Amino acid sequence: MPTGNLDTTTFVIASIIKIVLFLLVLLTTVAYTTWLERKLVGHIQNRWGPKRVGPFGLLQPLADGLKFIFKEDLTPPYVHKYLYLLAPFLSLTLSLIAISLIPIGGWITVAGVHTAVQITDVNIALLIILGITSIGVYGVALAGWSSNSKYSLLGSLRASAQMISYEVALGLSLIGVLILAGSFSLREIVDSQAGTWFGFIPKWNIFLQPVAFLIYLTAAFAETNRIPFDLPEAESELVAGYHTEYSSMKFAMFFMAEYANMVTVACLASVLFLGGWTGPVFGPAWLQGLLPVIWFLIRVAFFLFFYIWVRGTLPRFRYDQLMGLAWKFLLPLAVANIVVTGLIVALRS
Amino acid sequence: MLHLTLFTIFGVVCVAGAVNLVAQRHPINSALSLIVVMGSLAVEFLLLGAEFVAAVQVIIYAGAVMVLFVFVIMLLNAGEEEHTRGSRVALLFGVPGMLIGSVLVAWELVRSTPGTEAAGVGALYGSAKTIGRLLFNQFLLPFEITSVLILIAIMGAVVLARRES
Repeated sequence: MPTGNLDTTTFVIASIIKIVLFLLVLLTTVAYTTWLERKLVGHIQNRWGPKRVGPFGLLQPLADGLKFIFKEDLTPPYVHKYLYLLAPFLSLTLSLIAISLIPIGGWITVAGVHTAVQITDVNIALLIILGITSIGVYGVALAGWSSNSKYSLLGSLRASAQMISYEVALGLSLIGVLILAGSFSLREIVDSQAGTWFGFIPKWNIFLQPVAFLIYLTAAFAETNRIPFDLPEAESELVAGYHTEYSSMKFAMFFMAEYANMVTVACLASVLFLGGWTGPVFGPAWLQGLLPVIWFLIRVAFFLFFYIWVRGTLPRFRYDQLMGLAWKFLLPLAVANIVVTGLIVALRS
Repeated sequence: MLHLTLFTIFGVVCVAGAVNLVAQRHPINSALSLIVVMGSLAVEFLLLGAEFVAAVQVIIYAGAVMVLFVFVIMLLNAGEEEHTRGSRVALLFGVPGMLIGSVLVAWELVRSTPGTEAAGVGALYGSAKTIGRLLFNQFLLPFEITSVLILIAIMGAVVLARRES
């Protein structure tokens, strides 16, 4: 079994520890992103967010979690039981899988074990993440259909059609980055962004591929069904869209899946366009292992903040405007980006 | 050994999904079984070392084509299949026909086994770079013709679905 420079047992133990740590950190991040959203949107709207449950409302996610556990878990009698129960699990599982491919930092040495801060470095990681996004559409589609209600069905059809349309633009926008980096592996893409020009401008892909970055960001907002593309879940439109008939823990799973998708998108944007974990590294050995992770988390926090900022600021698109944007604007722009990038790379070599 | 175990497991999953596809009465269950088949085929490709094809199988086939199948089933509100009584003619010709077919296939497989060898993990080259080079050098003409074929199919669909104005 290829385990790099470690023997099998050490590799397995290290992997299990990493999986547990990553999942814990991801789920805590998801919980506190909900807190951040309520606080930030509140301040944008000139009011306090949650401030009573703990200092600054910091225990609010805990209170919400307890509420979901104690809520009545209702299964309406007219749903297709098997698919109704499968859909939230599918959504949540797929959202959590993507984190296993994303590199958070460089290499660290803990207790004599030299390992990458990443659960697994696959050489087709970017393709697998696109595959996970594609399969994620089923969670939404099956949830709406199995609920056997017109609001759910319409909401899920709209959401699925939106997701598959923006997936195309998302995938094409990443090809520019691929041409520059020459590999699907996320670690190699980050390594290709090391170094600086003129000593102080970092060689990030956002400077080389600004159009691709904007397309990626727009497509990612639409993939995660966030404002300004959240018509499928808008309350005044379709009650609650595809999760109308869900209550308690199953609804919480959809909720968590949406925020986990946001975190994944933020991590991917940091890795692909903002240079991952590159940043000044100094100090003793343990600090040198920790600092890249901190630089990465700062970038992810910036993207989450940006997501929430946009939510508090922009109105939502009408559905035909949304689909027109994907097919008539983003797709041709992404293809043009590929052509221009390819041309420049071919002419330079 | 691990290779053979994984191949067997996912082969069984694939065949079970295919049998379930035919056996299920509701079309949505059949569509989901087909997705399971596509997923296990992707794993088989991965076991052969064709990583790019495996990923693309998941993205395109299981993630886009099957989504459209599921859309159609959802939109048309296809209900459960009616249970018809079996046909005696089908039984009379079908069962012997299937037996003869299986015997022929098995005989052909047994006859050609010495000429084949098992493919180990990564025996074939399947990286994106290699496939890209092949597609644009040796197989350029089939690639371009297939692209034109897909374009014709899209245009045909648009023409058929267009509203009479």
